[in-house]
Amino acid sequence: MAVMFEGWDAGVLARAQFAFTMSFHIVFPAFSIGLASYLAVLEALWLWTAREVFINLFNYWLKIFAIAFGMGVVSGIVMSYQFGTNWSVFSDKAGPIVGPLMAYEVLTAFFLEAGFLGVMLFGLERVGHRLHFMATVMVAIGTLISAFWILSANSWMQTPAGYAVNAEGQFVAASWLNVIFNPSFPYRLVHMVLAAYLTTALVVGAVGAFHLRRDSHLAGPRVMFSMAMWMATLVAPIQILAGDQQGLNTLAHQPAKVMAMEGHFQSHKEGAPLILFGLPDQAAGKVRFAVEIPKLSSLILKHSIEAPLDGLDTVPRQNWPPVPIIFWTFRIMVGLGFLIMGLGLFSLCERGRGKLYQSRLLLLFAMAMGPAGFVAVLAGWFTTETGRQPFTIFGLLRTAESVSPLASPAVASSLVAFVIVYFTVFSTGVIYILRLMGKPPHHGEQGPQADIPARAAGITPAAAAASARGAAG
Amino acid sequence: MNVAIDIATVWAFIIAFAVFVYVVMDGFDLGLGILFPLFPNKTDRDVIMNSVAPVWDGNETWLVLGGGGLMAAFPLAYSILMPALYTPVIAMLVGLIFRGVAFEFRWRTTRSERNRWDFAFAGGSLLATLAQGIALGAILQGIHVEGRHYAGGWWDWLTPFSILTGLALVIGYALLGATWLVMKTEGEVRDRAYTLSWFLLFAMLGAIGAVSIATPFLDVQYARRWFAWPNVILTAPVPIAVAAVTVMLLRSLVSRQDYRPFFLSLALFALSYAGLGISMYPYIVPQSVTIWQAASPKSSQVFMLFGVAALIPLILAYTAWAYWVFRGKVRPESSYH
Repeated sequence: MAVMFEGWDAGVLARAQFAFTMSFHIVFPAFSIGLASYLAVLEALWLWTAREVFINLFNYWLKIFAIAFGMGVVSGIVMSYQFGTNWSVFSDKAGPIVGPLMAYEVLTAFFLEAGFLGVMLFGLERVGHRLHFMATVMVAIGTLISAFWILSANSWMQTPAGYAVNAEGQFVAASWLNVIFNPSFPYRLVHMVLAAYLTTALVVGAVGAFHLRRDSHLAGPRVMFSMAMWMATLVAPIQILAGDQQGLNTLAHQPAKVMAMEGHFQSHKEGAPLILFGLPDQAAGKVRFAVEIPKLSSLILKHSIEAPLDGLDTVPRQNWPPVPIIFWTFRIMVGLGFLIMGLGLFSLCERGRGKLYQSRLLLLFAMAMGPAGFVAVLAGWFTTETGRQPFTIFGLLRTAESVSPLASPAVASSLVAFVIVYFTVFSTGVIYILRLMGKPPHHGEQGPQADIPARAAGITPAAAAASARGAAG
Repeated sequence: MNVAIDIATVWAFIIAFAVFVYVVMDGFDLGLGILFPLFPNKTDRDVIMNSVAPVWDGNETWLVLGGGGLMAAFPLAYSILMPALYTPVIAMLVGLIFRGVAFEFRWRTTRSERNRWDFAFAGGSLLATLAQGIALGAILQGIHVEGRHYAGGWWDWLTPFSILTGLALVIGYALLGATWLVMKTEGEVRDRAYTLSWFLLFAMLGAIGAVSIATPFLDVQYARRWFAWPNVILTAPVPIAVAAVTVMLLRSLVSRQDYRPFFLSLALFALSYAGLGISMYPYIVPQSVTIWQAASPKSSQVFMLFGVAALIPLILAYTAWAYWVFRGKVRPESSYH
């Protein structure tokens, strides 16, 4: 009881607030990184082939992109101030290193995206095709540069390198190259960018499947479904490989995280089992009802079935991360990863049989997998961030010593405010996106500007009629 | 005043520049939201929204640079100011969320719902502006610091002075919004914007006067900074320039030169901002922490200086290009203007 009560201090509330706002935020960039690249590809295909279906698809997804991007921006501004409001000690100590990385993200990525977004959304007729395509490519590049810097900053907190500590107790850069390209950064960047691409492909594929189920001859849905399934087929196996490589890197630099992922409380001198499922019990230090395959964990992590593998019993207890969260979120992520690969392989079979657009089972499977990317991304981030605990900077700065000198009521009320605002605002946005997805892309699809009824009425009668139908329905 | 040109000073100017560009760009943008209730007609509101829709996102990026840059260049100031300004900062963020999503959301609703997002746009803009103004006042009136931490209470930010600065900023942003509309619209919207500009200009002068009178009484330091000999040689031109700009602004409103009032209002903002700088320098947390105490290590500031020197001109160039693409008057009947 005393422990429970003790737990609800300002620090725990600050962590809850960060987890909540971050989880909401990451969904939008994960989607817009992939979607921006997809839009660039669609526009390139349109300019190259001059086929109308590509510009229809471009305009269709552009409207959805505009909403998702807007939500990403406003939820992102919150993140850049939350470090100061709730994590001021962390900001003071790590600001000299993490701050410049984020400043570079703003300078090289956010401005690039924001500067060209307006032209991308509204400027096709103003600047001509070539400049407009350049704007789209700039936005897509901006999302990738953004991933580069924020993954670098986050990876530095996971595997700090290239730093020194000054007289004020601040972390300062000894080598910026080593800070930026810290040991886990390349693996995590690749894993996240691939995750974003797969997430978007699954959404695009699900929307395509939804419309193909009603009419398998629709040109737009056919193209998007086929493109999405190629993505799942080709990239899901690469992603699993990338995830495996990141796992090995984590084993080298953050072994406790891998122990928690594997549920290895005990060390195994002669080959560790792979625990498929079970109930990790943090207090007792063991996994109850474990279903395990002998020696397989050693085979995966050490490439030898007899290799000894340390467990959490080699780590001081005050440095244990919360095992059950990591154990479960890791399994959700991996399970979904294999399901995505399964979807890709299944689509390849149906494609080979010439039934890609007609297979009811495939279309249903693709629809069901629509949100899978988001769930996998969130689960993966929960695994890696929870696995860094009880530190904010792994091994160097404890989470409990990173929080602002805060009073619980202040954090609690801001947390409640964010929960209410996020649920009302972002669920509305998701409804609007789903509404747009509910209609198939059609002949003469217009970009964001023409959906505005007042203007659409002035351009083409067809668009005005379409928007009138939308308003009525 | 002992002005040493060192890297901390350079960074103080960079952060000040980022914040000023933010105020310039998001100021009119938030001002449009504040003025929204005065334009109940749907077509007018569409025009107002469209005058800024292609650029608002870039405008708010400067706020992210201000926050991120402060953390990077002056981490100690960032870690003291944010907890001290906890409530206004959270309120500002919530306001920005509501107004930001309104840009897209209001086109996605059926008719009955649309007013809800118009309300969110207006309310969010007002809340964010008020919060920014209150935060400014709270910084100016001084922040209680012990060691490397904020040591004041949770309501320290709320005083008559901070409410005054909050209202002053609402008036100021509204003036920028009104003169922006004068520049970007025609017909009835422009006529109403002209009328509003008159009222708001006088309100703004009143606000500048009130804040200027109140500030020196906050702290001995400010009074000496402004009125002691020989500083007065440097400070006296500021109010004189304010008077000169005001006269030009009044004349441009009379002669109805659509482009002038906006840029002259910006000049008024620049002068007020310079006044703030004179009051605060060299403190970044007034009366507690100077820019040198708060500065991050040289390795961090130099590393970022390369980025800023190379990228800010580039950013300004393509931002200017985006404004140029969408230049001219916004008309309700044209597709995208």
